Amino acid sequence: MNGTDRNSLVIRTPEGITFSIPLAGPVTRFFAWVIDMACISVLISGLSSALMALGLLSMDIASAATVVAYFIISIGYGMFLEWRFRGQTIGKRLLKLRVMDEQGFRLQFSQVGIRNLLRFVDTLPVFYLIGGVACLLSRRGQRLGDYAANTVVVRGRPPVNLDLEDLKEGKYNSFRDYPFLEARLRHRASPEESGVALQALMRRGELDPLARVELFRDIAAHFKSLVAFPEEATFGLTDEQYIRNVVDSVFRERQ
Amino acid sequence: MIVDLQRFLDAENIFWDELERMLEDMESEIDRALSMEEVKRFHYLYQRCATDFAKLDAFPNVRELRDRLESLLSRAYAEIHETREKPHRFSPVNWFFKTFPQTFRRHSGAFMLSVIITLVGVAFGGLALYFDPDSKSVLMPFSHLQVSPKERVKQEESQQKDRLEGHATSFSAYLMTHNTRVSILTMALGITWGIGAILILFSNGVMLGAVCVDYITGGESAFLAGWLLPHGAIEIPSILIAGQAGLVLARALIGAGSSEPVRARLRAISPDLITLIFGVAVLLVWAGIVEAFFSQYHEPVLPYSLKIIFGLSELVLLTIFLSRSGKVSVGKKFEGMPLMHGGA
Repeated sequence: MNGTDRNSLVIRTPEGITFSIPLAGPVTRFFAWVIDMACISVLISGLSSALMALGLLSMDIASAATVVAYFIISIGYGMFLEWRFRGQTIGKRLLKLRVMDEQGFRLQFSQVGIRNLLRFVDTLPVFYLIGGVACLLSRRGQRLGDYAANTVVVRGRPPVNLDLEDLKEGKYNSFRDYPFLEARLRHRASPEESGVALQALMRRGELDPLARVELFRDIAAHFKSLVAFPEEATFGLTDEQYIRNVVDSVFRERQ
Repeated sequence: MIVDLQRFLDAENIFWDELERMLEDMESEIDRALSMEEVKRFHYLYQRCATDFAKLDAFPNVRELRDRLESLLSRAYAEIHETREKPHRFSPVNWFFKTFPQTFRRHSGAFMLSVIITLVGVAFGGLALYFDPDSKSVLMPFSHLQVSPKERVKQEESQQKDRLEGHATSFSAYLMTHNTRVSILTMALGITWGIGAILILFSNGVMLGAVCVDYITGGESAFLAGWLLPHGAIEIPSILIAGQAGLVLARALIGAGSSEPVRARLRAISPDLITLIFGVAVLLVWAGIVEAFFSQYHEPVLPYSLKIIFGLSELVLLTIFLSRSGKVSVGKKFEGMPLMHGGA
């Protein structure tokens, strides 16, 4: 059972797991197409120059080879790369997009072929007007080629390596001395609020020093308003350390 | 349930990494077949990853982790739940002589419709030119067809010099690529519920009908047959097959007589569309060669009788190829099947 959530493809597996994959928007896809067009142009001009060397033998054969090369590259570029590299052309790879089967199955060559051949209609009358309109009207952001081929273009996700150990920085969590207040904190902090605290800690290195101080001040103020720990537990804590304690208290296994 | 996130990561990360490595191997080698042990391990890792993903409900908004597991799950899901035939090593000879004609025959109804639409166009174009000769420039918008047939035949037969000399190969390449583009467009326009494909087939028929009537009424039937048959015997059926593909696509969209959802119908016909259009491309390579190196040479260089016999032979061979090639004999079809025993 599969469906479409807002801007994402939702797949429900027979094991009862539901996961979603974000769909690519038309603007990102357009930029990927621009990159691919540039690659095609470079390939064609490079190959044409090389094939023109055949002109030493016969200009007729050289220009015939150029015509055929242009045709094969312009039509085969998307087909070959999407098939060989699991739904990615150079443009899609750079912008972290990927073509995939709309039911989450393995992409078949016929699907790659159909979606690329139907570009002939999607590009009409100019600059993917038909394909662009179809993409905007479709719940799954599909141009006509995608619709016919049962494919969608999804956004990829960068690989992550989560290591929460470094968040603790070896410091003692003074909130642990107050298990009932920790329990209250876990009860009162919504999943979204806890998530914000965790995200802030994980991304703290990406922030400007001033912004970092301000962000942790605001988040700490919010958590202080949820549960008030006694002064002994908070004395000398920076706002960032306060949030570190909060995260440890919320996400730590209960004894 | 609140569990220790770090402990959870430490315990499970090795399995996610292992699943990722297996997926990378499988994705980089399309033909790779897993051993039974590998299949079992892969299934175990998939299930473990799915269970871990379910456990993430205990970790609100650990966005990156959810993203990683969703990405792993979606890739593994594609491998585990794919029931369609896995791509096997492609054999061009087997594909062309077996798969292509079989696919053609499977959709013979759409081909007949494609022929009928073209014939309606031929009749329309022929009658229009017969009753209104002034419409020639509209029905056949090509400069070399604007002169009278007699004048053209005179010009062609009095040629002292080979006008394609020095560019026959590039002309041939142009014809191949141009006709293949038109064929792809015809197939692709099936997405307009067939309207676009029908219009292309009809307009081709109109031009063909007008040309035929122009030359037949002008008393140049032999020239017409000698000029069109050698390449037309392959080129015209190719466009008809492209139209067939467009109509197959249209039928899948419309879904007449089918209770399956449109996505299932489209999924079912996509391999056939690809086979038909690639088959057309191969045929058009031959047609392009013949048109540039054979069709454009007329008497006295090449006798019309030879050209007509050549064209008719191609047509017969193409008909035999499309109707017979790749056919499984009844004996072979039932070979290996258990015998049915009637019991009293």
